[in-house]
Amino acid sequence: MKKSKIYPWYFAAGALLIYTLLYVLPGIIGIGYSFTDWSSYSQEIHFVGLDNFKQVFNANENYVKYIGNTILFTVITTVLKTGLALVFAIALSKKIKFKNFHRGIMYMPSVLSVLIIGLLFTAILNPKTGLLNEFFRFIGMGSMTQKWLTDPKIAFFSVMAVDVWRGTGYIMTILIAGILAISDTYYEAAGIDGANGWQKFVKITLPLLRPTLAVTIVLNVLYGLKVFDIVYALTNGGPGHVTEVMYTAVFKQFSQGMYAVGTSVSSVMFVFMVAIGFFMIRILMKGEVQE
Amino acid sequence: MNTKIRKNVFSILKNALAWIFSLIMLIPLALIVLNAFKSQSEAAAMSLKLPTEWVFSNFSTVIEKGKLLTSFLNSMRYSLSATVLTVILAAMAAYVFSRRKGKKNSALYMYMVLGIVIPINYVALMKVMQVTHLNNSGIGIILLYCAVQMPFMVFLIYGFVGKIPVELDEAAVMDGCGPIRLFFIIILPMLKPAVITAAVLCFLNTWNEFVMPLYFLNSSEKWPMTLAVYNFFGQFEKSWNLVCADILLTCLPVIIMYLICQKYIVGGQTAGAVKG
Repeated sequence: MKKSKIYPWYFAAGALLIYTLLYVLPGIIGIGYSFTDWSSYSQEIHFVGLDNFKQVFNANENYVKYIGNTILFTVITTVLKTGLALVFAIALSKKIKFKNFHRGIMYMPSVLSVLIIGLLFTAILNPKTGLLNEFFRFIGMGSMTQKWLTDPKIAFFSVMAVDVWRGTGYIMTILIAGILAISDTYYEAAGIDGANGWQKFVKITLPLLRPTLAVTIVLNVLYGLKVFDIVYALTNGGPGHVTEVMYTAVFKQFSQGMYAVGTSVSSVMFVFMVAIGFFMIRILMKGEVQE
Repeated sequence: MNTKIRKNVFSILKNALAWIFSLIMLIPLALIVLNAFKSQSEAAAMSLKLPTEWVFSNFSTVIEKGKLLTSFLNSMRYSLSATVLTVILAAMAAYVFSRRKGKKNSALYMYMVLGIVIPINYVALMKVMQVTHLNNSGIGIILLYCAVQMPFMVFLIYGFVGKIPVELDEAAVMDGCGPIRLFFIIILPMLKPAVITAAVLCFLNTWNEFVMPLYFLNSSEKWPMTLAVYNFFGQFEKSWNLVCADILLTCLPVIIMYLICQKYIVGGQTAGAVKG
């Protein structure tokens, strides 16, 4: 029996068709449009060469800063989420009371809509009535109160903190599964040889957890580079443009009718992500075949 | 003796840490629940105080003013349709990708899962939606959700297909089973854990989506719940009690789903990522 008969291509056709038409095609058309002056203000579309890209990478425009912001967001949230998630995962993977309760609660924010989390935190971080500042006043540390989302110096960090609050539980869950997959015999053998907890962590847990850690880092990086919802809901790029990331910038151009510039920024991201994509996917697949 | 004390201290510290962080996770959620039952003036402060008087009418007000019933039904329709369609198509595709070998096949699989990485170009997507007449329609938004969810779901299910022995297919084919029956009657039931995980994740993701409807559904009668909340917030920014009631009702379906399907979310997803 031929494989082509038992596993016909038309089985994959539906998935490939929808994905190609509504996901890949816009990306490719978008690259084409980024060489034009497409906007909502004119009927005709003209070829303008690299003008849009010159504008995007012009030092006088803000785009380079938005790219920087996006990378900063990605690096900081990835480090914090991975670090915190690792601590929680280790604490909650072994003997501890109510561990399932804790795990369930930690994961909870990941199932809520980012938009709703954003709305909620605009209330919590409100400088006058918000819970966080109230808390600082209550414990007598009134000097810690801040204008969390409107002070240009700290607004971006507040956004990152909310995102860490939201995303750590998800990463922790994956890491717990990775830790539980490590055979107990390693720890027993190390215990017999007189290793202490820290040595066991450094010599056993960390090396054997590496593929899982790689997967979580890839997931975090991908999320960070494409971040939009949380920034949109909390600050929408403000105050000024200090919390602007690439996707919020794209959407601003989009809603102002500056389609060509919007699609140019998108295309820069598209090409960059495809380039690093193969590498990232390979890490995900490697994590997967770890049997 | 000394080590015993150290161990106890360590254990207490660990428990304390776990509780502190669980509380940090819980407090914002508690904030929504408590304030959803307050009067407008009391909720203005958005504090953790218990309501002096429990106002249950907030919910009926919100359902009426926020047109929650319509948006709830919209959300249900979009999420359920997108979930069923995505999971079936993704399972079929993952099955073929996993069973066939060869360069052409792995290139196609790679092309598919590359979607996990690449960003959507919303501007050009708008153009495609307009040309295909999918813009501002329920079917359009369902297909969009499918396109966005498809790569990860194929990736997730692909890992599980490899665990089903090929001998099973061969035996079925020997007995005269065609490809469609083979897949739907033999393979799909064996993929049940993966399929349930994929379905739960797909449902949660599409329920929470708001960017797609924001840009590709123009009329408010077609909006799903998340977008309705956002719109409601814009209109009733001063009435946090109503906003909280609205948020609570919008989150309730996903929280219930999460509590029921917790083991599938955690189990299936991590099995895909780390298989132990």
